Amino acid sequence: MNTMQSLTDRKKVVSKKEMTFMEKLYLPAIIGGMWITFKHLFRKNNTVKYPEQTREFAPVYRGQHVLKRDEEGRENCTACGLCAVACPAEAITMVAAERVKGEENLYREEKYAEKYEINMLRCIFCGLCEEACPKEAIFLTDRIVPSNFERDEFVYVKDRLVEQMDNRIDITKRQHTGKRSKI
Amino acid sequence: METSELIEKLILIVTLFAVTLGIAAYATYFERKVAAWFQDRIGPDRAGPFGILQPLADGGKLFFKEDFIPDAAEKWLFILGPGIAMFTALMTGSVIPWSTNLTLFGQDIALQVADVNIGILFIMGFLSIGVYGIMIGGWASNNKYSLFSAVRASSQMISYELAMGICVIVVVMMTGSLGLREIVDAQHGMNWNVFYQPVAFVVFFICALAETNRAPFDLPECESELIGGYHTEYGSMKMGFYLFAEYVSLFISSAVISTLFFGGYNFPGMDNFEGNTLAILGVVAMFTKTFIFVFIFMWIRWTLPRFRFDQLMHLGWKSLIPISLINLLITGLVIAFNEGWFK
Repeated sequence: MNTMQSLTDRKKVVSKKEMTFMEKLYLPAIIGGMWITFKHLFRKNNTVKYPEQTREFAPVYRGQHVLKRDEEGRENCTACGLCAVACPAEAITMVAAERVKGEENLYREEKYAEKYEINMLRCIFCGLCEEACPKEAIFLTDRIVPSNFERDEFVYVKDRLVEQMDNRIDITKRQHTGKRSKI
Repeated sequence: METSELIEKLILIVTLFAVTLGIAAYATYFERKVAAWFQDRIGPDRAGPFGILQPLADGGKLFFKEDFIPDAAEKWLFILGPGIAMFTALMTGSVIPWSTNLTLFGQDIALQVADVNIGILFIMGFLSIGVYGIMIGGWASNNKYSLFSAVRASSQMISYELAMGICVIVVVMMTGSLGLREIVDAQHGMNWNVFYQPVAFVVFFICALAETNRAPFDLPECESELIGGYHTEYGSMKMGFYLFAEYVSLFISSAVISTLFFGGYNFPGMDNFEGNTLAILGVVAMFTKTFIFVFIFMWIRWTLPRFRFDQLMHLGWKSLIPISLINLLITGLVIAFNEGWFK
């Protein structure tokens, strides 16, 4: 006899009783089941016809990264490397360089990223780079990284990451969500 | 045989062949559509309007696949398997009467390829040969899953053919003929066999599901345990033949069920028509009934889970055969009583 008391209330008594004659006939249960599927014939389907219809992304969606510029079109990134340190997938690398005279309209501070690479195959889109960034330079956006046949094509360099001034990427949704409340 | 008769039969054969293949092709399309509707989806809708070119796309794709024969397979039997499956599935359609006689160019044309006086035996015979396609294919593949599937298919066939045969005997006893034309004509108007033999109909229907290897009796295919069963090693159009044969026999089974139990081309109020009008309406009635059964077959497939093998055997030997035997006995007694044997 088991005198042990169960510690949870999830205990269930399982019974394996003989089926009655009606149950053994199967037919009533089968007709019941078929009635259920029949009702589904007239239900509205939930399909989103993808290429024609797209579904709205959640405001916190984390897709392809963008390196932001400020209002005057200067790159925010100072190549501090905090994003690369924060990255759990080690997808980010960069080479820092010093700004020279005449480049003030290109880079906001004296140091900038000469090279900046994100390997989209390694990236897990966790958003820790964005959280680590002290300069509001990197953001994840609602764009999807497109598929490709070449592995090398997934290493995104600066010309694919830095936003164009005539085609700015809206990241306000990311700024107002989550823990990001500084500035 | 006269030349005109020969030409007439040839045209009929070619038409039936084309219609059967066309319906089988579109049965694959509707199978997917029906499945989608039952699961609140849309189903194939990309190839052509509403996806109606989907069967062509599927067929085209299968044709362009590599026609592969495994090294360890028994080459000729491996090729023979799908051929037998397809051949037997197509043959059974030849004895089914599709309607009353059509009069064209002053000739009476029977809408039936061959009015064999043992029609129903012919169908039962070819249905039984159908399992050889699966058995030979499964064995020749030299793959343990395929072999299991072949064993399952044959044991399932043996168990369900008996009950099916007994149900057919009941219908034959009521009609007094093995010819399908006579069986249909005996159900004139609304005088359908299903009203006299509901038990035989239910048993026959269940057996038909098992004979065509459809869910819930699709144990020979059984993706979850046998990874596709007898067509595991098949590819390209050989695979296509197996899948196609299943849909052909689905269509023919539905036609046989409508012929035996639902009056074939008979419909209520048919006495008001005659000649070619009657023949055409008969074709419409026959095909309507057949398509309703095709739909019910699909409906069942997308509702019920697969039987376990012991449940399948239990159902076949311990339930369906005794039920159909008792039904046979009672029918025999009633017929004997009506004929006045006990006076």
